[in-house]
Amino acid sequence: MGYQLSMRLWRGDREGGALQDFAVEVEEGEVVLDAIHRVQATQAGDLAVRWNCKAGKCGSCSAEINGRSRLMCMTRLSDFGPQDVITVTPLRAFPVVRDLVTDVSYNYAKARELPAFAPTPPDADGKRRMMQADVERGQEFRKCIECFLCQNTCHVIRDHEENKPAFAGPRFFLRYAELDMHPLDTHDRRELAQSAAGIGLCNITKCCTEVCPENIKITDNAIIPMKERVVDRKYDPLVWLGSKIRRRDDRTEL
Amino acid sequence: MSSTELETHTYDVVVVGAGGAGLRAAIAAHEAGARTAIVCKSLLGKAHTVMAEGGIAAAMGNVYPDDNWRVHFRDTMRGGKMLNHWRMAQLHAQEAADRVLELEEWGALFDRTPDGLISQRDFGGHRFARLAHVGDRTGLEMIRTLQQRAVALDIDVFMECTVTELLHDTDHDGVQRISGAFAYWRESGRFLVFEAPAVVLATGGIGKSYQVTSNSWEYTGDGHALALRSGASLVNMEFVQFHPTGMVWPPSVRGILVTESVRGDGGVLRNSEGKRFMFDYIPEFFKGETADSEEEADRWYEDKKNNRRPPELLPRDEVARAINSEVKAGRGSPHGGIFLDIASRRDAAFIQRRLPSMYHQFKELADVDITAEPMEIGPTCHYVMGGVEVDPDTGGSVVPGLYAAGEVAGGMHGSNRLGGNSLSDLLVFGRRAGASAAEFATKLEQGRPQIASQSVQDASEAAVAPFALDGGENPYTLQRELQQVMQDLVGIIRTEAELTESLRRLADLKRRAGELSVEGHRQYNPGWHLSLDLPNMLMVSECIAMAALERTESRGGHTREDFPASDDSWGGSNLVLTADPTGGLSLKRQDLPQMPDELRELFEVK
Repeated sequence: MGYQLSMRLWRGDREGGALQDFAVEVEEGEVVLDAIHRVQATQAGDLAVRWNCKAGKCGSCSAEINGRSRLMCMTRLSDFGPQDVITVTPLRAFPVVRDLVTDVSYNYAKARELPAFAPTPPDADGKRRMMQADVERGQEFRKCIECFLCQNTCHVIRDHEENKPAFAGPRFFLRYAELDMHPLDTHDRRELAQSAAGIGLCNITKCCTEVCPENIKITDNAIIPMKERVVDRKYDPLVWLGSKIRRRDDRTEL
Repeated sequence: MSSTELETHTYDVVVVGAGGAGLRAAIAAHEAGARTAIVCKSLLGKAHTVMAEGGIAAAMGNVYPDDNWRVHFRDTMRGGKMLNHWRMAQLHAQEAADRVLELEEWGALFDRTPDGLISQRDFGGHRFARLAHVGDRTGLEMIRTLQQRAVALDIDVFMECTVTELLHDTDHDGVQRISGAFAYWRESGRFLVFEAPAVVLATGGIGKSYQVTSNSWEYTGDGHALALRSGASLVNMEFVQFHPTGMVWPPSVRGILVTESVRGDGGVLRNSEGKRFMFDYIPEFFKGETADSEEEADRWYEDKKNNRRPPELLPRDEVARAINSEVKAGRGSPHGGIFLDIASRRDAAFIQRRLPSMYHQFKELADVDITAEPMEIGPTCHYVMGGVEVDPDTGGSVVPGLYAAGEVAGGMHGSNRLGGNSLSDLLVFGRRAGASAAEFATKLEQGRPQIASQSVQDASEAAVAPFALDGGENPYTLQRELQQVMQDLVGIIRTEAELTESLRRLADLKRRAGELSVEGHRQYNPGWHLSLDLPNMLMVSECIAMAALERTESRGGHTREDFPASDDSWGGSNLVLTADPTGGLSLKRQDLPQMPDELRELFEVK
């Protein structure tokens, strides 16, 4: 069942690089990462590639496969014909470190800018109570494996390096939405989502949703509701009135 | 390299590893006021904890109010065939519930009961439904929660940074103590030194030394080897857990974990004849608590008071051996496994809700729809029960300043770990080790230890050695051979002849590992990284083989074909390994710590 796969792998570093051709023996049922590992073990021992779980759970092996943002461990060779050339290049939105490895520290810096969860005190028995229906929205967002494919694909980041300081990206809009929808959080981060994270820059083209390997509906379930919540806070006269008459939302604004 | 150009950082506590135990240790050390750093081989949030699926075992009593720490303690000890350190099992059972609630405090969103409490699910070897969970991605929830907590506390994290040696000095009494750690940045290949009086090892396990494993590349036994080379001891190394259900097809995914929750939620094991064979493999030890008919087993899911557990939920060692026997008897599946069937027992909506990532994993990687057809599964190397011998209360090793928590620590699980007890272990003992390390480091009676420049020089030279040799061994080839040796000769079923042969082969591999060559330069070079991990893998593999050869009985995660029964004369003994300065290993037999009477009584009443 095995065949010779033709691959083109980008090799290089910050100074520059180029696609390099490899021919590698592959087997039935294998994924792109298997082929790359075989190249590494037999032809290019120093080929840089980041990976961990090889089961789509850790989000380490993100790359661009024939130009599409994918996880190498979840891209099966059977998606391609035996004659097809598979080209793998590093994520384009982030600086290259070496070969297929990029510097994703932008994402870790953005994570640090986001104020943490701040719950209400527990009930008298030391436990907290939340209904399943109320945690499910947040649970969808917490499926995120931080592969940063959404960040890589989002054109606000991908095509505009200058936006990075003012824009946190879809992964972190998920996080803002998760916290905003958390039944027990006491902080209101809506102003921050707008001012510090730049959610207003997103024009909901849904590119992030398309590439999410966890099939999280990033745009529909997180970004759009979060945009609405931000707008409600600012402009909805009923919300404004409500907040004057009766503290409907007693969260602390950050 | 002159010492002036070496990057140096000063901390009170350096935590090696950023999985559940490492993150929890760092949080505890930070909260205790210690200047704390986390050093990890991968990016933050990618550690192997992320792969944990089923849940965190904790006797919270949310689903069964009868549950309490004593029942959990008893289950844990029995699951480990009484070889656990009783004090660790006790602390673990007592503190796990608080650690889970703490995760919720930090933002974890667990699945809920109808009353809004944290839901708890069934797992093998646990008398009550006890695992706090988030679908089948509990490990991801745990690591993300701890990661976000560590970020909120602004703890320094050195990502993609590998520790290759611990550094020492000698205190006024002539005792060797920890003075820091030597590491390299994976990205640049540059070296750095941490000056720190306390190091917490939280490096996880050793599974990458096996061919079929659920473990990631990081699991190269670094912490086990660092501890040995520091003068600490390892305990219970013969006990390696083969998880009964790993994927077997296609070959690319062989070994990837299939959560025990499939069985906890109603899945059953069948052989090629369609027979639910686990009823044929109920050991005497568990007969009293295991159902002996399919009818009783099926009733148990609804009524646990009046029925006994299905045999599919026996501890993992029992199930893995049973699967192995069925396959050997020619009743396996087409690809050498056995069938795990939930499709015929639960409706599709239930399966998709309870086991979303299993559904996804099989659909994407194997073209199998688990709501419509059975999975093919077989045993996969999953966990090492053995690890650094530590003081149960503090996680401290015999080396002053050296602590260990999580999979790299030994004793807690005895000869076999129950599912769900790992995540709780990470939290309970991560916190204890972090807090104890902080206390040690901030109350140094003899002043801060000093780093000897010679040891830094030695560590630097050892690290670049593979670049010096041309035409030597390929590290990838050597790793593959090691995996083959361990898989074939030190696997689930062991014999004296094979173990003796494995030691001979390992000695040969060790010699060849001294002659590695790597191509390229030091910048993000996986071949070089592997060449530095290999000596650790070899050292730990030798420990496993030595202890496995010595223990002439079968118990938990150690099965000897030539000694198929458990032997009471071994029931009170641990095996302990130490290394001499040249890396030579020695083994001794050591009595189990004495359990106090009030705990012993728990095993006498039925």
